[in-house]
Amino acid sequence: MAKDILRKPGGFMDTFVYKPGHDKKNTHYCPGCGHGILHKLIAEALEDLGVADRTIMISPVGCSVFVYYYFATGNIQVAHGRAPAVATGLKRANPDSIVISYQGDGDLAAIGGNNILQAANRGENITVFFVNNAIYGMTGGQMAPTTLVGQKTMTSPYGRSVENEGHPIKIVELLNALESPAYLERTTLEDSKNIAKTRKAVRKAIQCQIDGKGFSLVEVLAMCPSQWRVSPVESKKWITDNMVPYFTPGVKRDVIDEREGYYPERPEIGSETILELLGLRKEKLFRDRSMSDVPEKYRNPQIKVAGFGGQGVLLLGQTLAEAGMRYGWNVSWIPSYGPEMRGGTANCQVNISEGPIGSPVVDFPTILVALNKPSLDKFEESVQPGGIIFYNTSMIDRKPARTDVEVIGVPFSEIADELGNLRFANMVVVGSILAKTKLIEMDIVKDALAEVIHHKKFIEPNIVAIERGASAV
Amino acid sequence: MAKELIKGNEAIIKGALLAGAECFFGYPITPASEVAHAAAFYFPAIGRTFLQAESEIASIQMCYGAASAGVRCMTASSGPGVSLKQEGVSYSAGSELPIVIADIMRGGPGLGNIAPEQSDYNQVVKGGGHGNYKCIVVAPNCGQEMCDLTILAFELADKYRTPVYLLADGFIGQMMEPVEFPEPMTIDQSHKAEWAIMGNTETVRNLITSIYLEPEELEDHNRKLQRKYAEIEKNEIRYEEYKTEDAEIILTGYGIVSRVLKSTVDALRKEGVKAGLFRPITLFPFPKAKFAEMAEKVDNILVAELSNGQMVDDVRLAIDCAKAKVHFYGRMGGVVPTVAEMVEKVNEIVKG
Repeated sequence: MAKDILRKPGGFMDTFVYKPGHDKKNTHYCPGCGHGILHKLIAEALEDLGVADRTIMISPVGCSVFVYYYFATGNIQVAHGRAPAVATGLKRANPDSIVISYQGDGDLAAIGGNNILQAANRGENITVFFVNNAIYGMTGGQMAPTTLVGQKTMTSPYGRSVENEGHPIKIVELLNALESPAYLERTTLEDSKNIAKTRKAVRKAIQCQIDGKGFSLVEVLAMCPSQWRVSPVESKKWITDNMVPYFTPGVKRDVIDEREGYYPERPEIGSETILELLGLRKEKLFRDRSMSDVPEKYRNPQIKVAGFGGQGVLLLGQTLAEAGMRYGWNVSWIPSYGPEMRGGTANCQVNISEGPIGSPVVDFPTILVALNKPSLDKFEESVQPGGIIFYNTSMIDRKPARTDVEVIGVPFSEIADELGNLRFANMVVVGSILAKTKLIEMDIVKDALAEVIHHKKFIEPNIVAIERGASAV
Repeated sequence: MAKELIKGNEAIIKGALLAGAECFFGYPITPASEVAHAAAFYFPAIGRTFLQAESEIASIQMCYGAASAGVRCMTASSGPGVSLKQEGVSYSAGSELPIVIADIMRGGPGLGNIAPEQSDYNQVVKGGGHGNYKCIVVAPNCGQEMCDLTILAFELADKYRTPVYLLADGFIGQMMEPVEFPEPMTIDQSHKAEWAIMGNTETVRNLITSIYLEPEELEDHNRKLQRKYAEIEKNEIRYEEYKTEDAEIILTGYGIVSRVLKSTVDALRKEGVKAGLFRPITLFPFPKAKFAEMAEKVDNILVAELSNGQMVDDVRLAIDCAKAKVHFYGRMGGVVPTVAEMVEKVNEIVKG
């Protein structure tokens, strides 16, 4: 006669080594608790599906915080409600692992509500087992988002009221409003027939992940005799009488068979290709040049460029900085940022220096470019004596008042307009600066343009603009 | 390799990828958004993972997951977002997970503004979340360091199994400077099989957790963490000195402030004031001994910050009862002091 051999499912550890105390064989759950049954169904499934070794179980906060005592899988304990986010990180980092998020109703539906919603909506290829027992167990019987109307708990001592706390959240129905999930089912643990259904659902949900079909979640209505203050036997009836009418069991979504399995692949990419893809292997023109080749008063300029947003102020500064760098000089570029942004002017600050740059902040420029009147009004006074002001006569109807600086007025906007696009005004300025200061040579600035202008078709017209600007001073 | 003119925020990402970062999880916030932009562009381009999380809370928890899986991962944010991440940082410190977090500081408190401040010092350097933990904090002051210190952050995170912050201000994040990038590194992560959960037989018995139910066990765990922090203080202090040898007054600050102070030192030297700059590069570990030593030699130390005075507390603690007097000059709300302003402040101090 065959002899039954009773043993734990292979998905469980034989001895619960992480569990403190002397009893390393039994779980910490109360008599009649639903967690133990669901644990067993999961452990059996992991063994039968042959995936225990590549499975990572996530222990949440709540009664199931000690999930890691029991499962012969990789285990990770996480913050309250964050299991779906952690699961996302685990799965994205290692798509071959099987990631199972085991969560209670407070964890998943209250504090972690957005985390589960978003993971489900991304269609993360993970499996979630959601234990709904309509109460907080671990913290001592407080109201859960799934606590039933009228149900008394430590924090709803007069019974949950619709007026004060609203209706209990139906998670699978809520998630079923999303396009991405592959499989959503609610089951119960109230009797052996329903446990068998749960067993099937558990397997299906894990298989869904193995097959790369995407997000699966099983909501399991589970007993909590301790906090419901009923006997283990009565607790099963409590589910039937109180939970099942509101939280109707059944498959709410099953599109597993309609989907192709998706297995993200991580390509092996060699160092050279990485550098190319990071844009670090471009051919660029560099040239050793001493600042002493530049007329003395224009050396090591501290530049401020200001104008309306849209006049290409930032790109103007960037072109000068990029070109300056090609001589091996130190450069810095700062966009208008913070309080400077107020007042409708955009500006940037550029340093080009043979020596190291201490403060990159240009409070007192040696070169000021003013593309509109507010910019001239605002910054004229700050120009260093002996400095130079380039101003846009197309938009500024006054001459700078300063007599201790060089003043260059050019109709930058009109020239740009003649070239067919007002947006070229910034490069007309670049040309004028080059011609006046001899700071940068034409071939270098042309090469720099290729770096700062992303649409290749605009490079040529911008070069024309630079040349026009150069001949305008 | 040829130099690149690049925004500090973008240099972080190229540095991270060259250091073998596999995953980036983030959430947009000014002035840190370019970090996420660059990550969104470059991570997938070379077959790695970028994911925009639903929140800052989730992005750090995604890092918690990815770090547990044994890969290099990071997130980036700014003040208000970093406040939200503190939950995950505390858990990561407790579970000893190597994660890199870039904080490109903006003005606070509350929504504040997007201008540069350094008011996250306390929440980043002093722990920030609950529990007895500290994070390593590196503070870049130029584009090159945005790359180099990101790489260092990954190395230190792995070496000590701890979260590491790259703490920069909006100015350093937004500024473009030439950066020379290193060759891509080949990172051997196999040693992580000792503790990470890689979804294989070798690591199936590993457990990542921060829960220790027994008080004695949790105390042991805490003591272990404190030993680790002591080890970090012993090995990892980094700083830069500029004209400090003969200095009669030491100016100190980090990030954009240290750049202003460097120019201030030069300006003061021209006036005949012997000033020097001491710049902490690591904020934890803080160069305490160095400050104590300087405080015996000079009469005055001026701490400048874009805050109400946060690092200055560490300077005061470090010098204890040494002879130097500690002065503080702070600007807030996004205002960066000018060199002229700092020169005037120093002159007030030295000329009484």
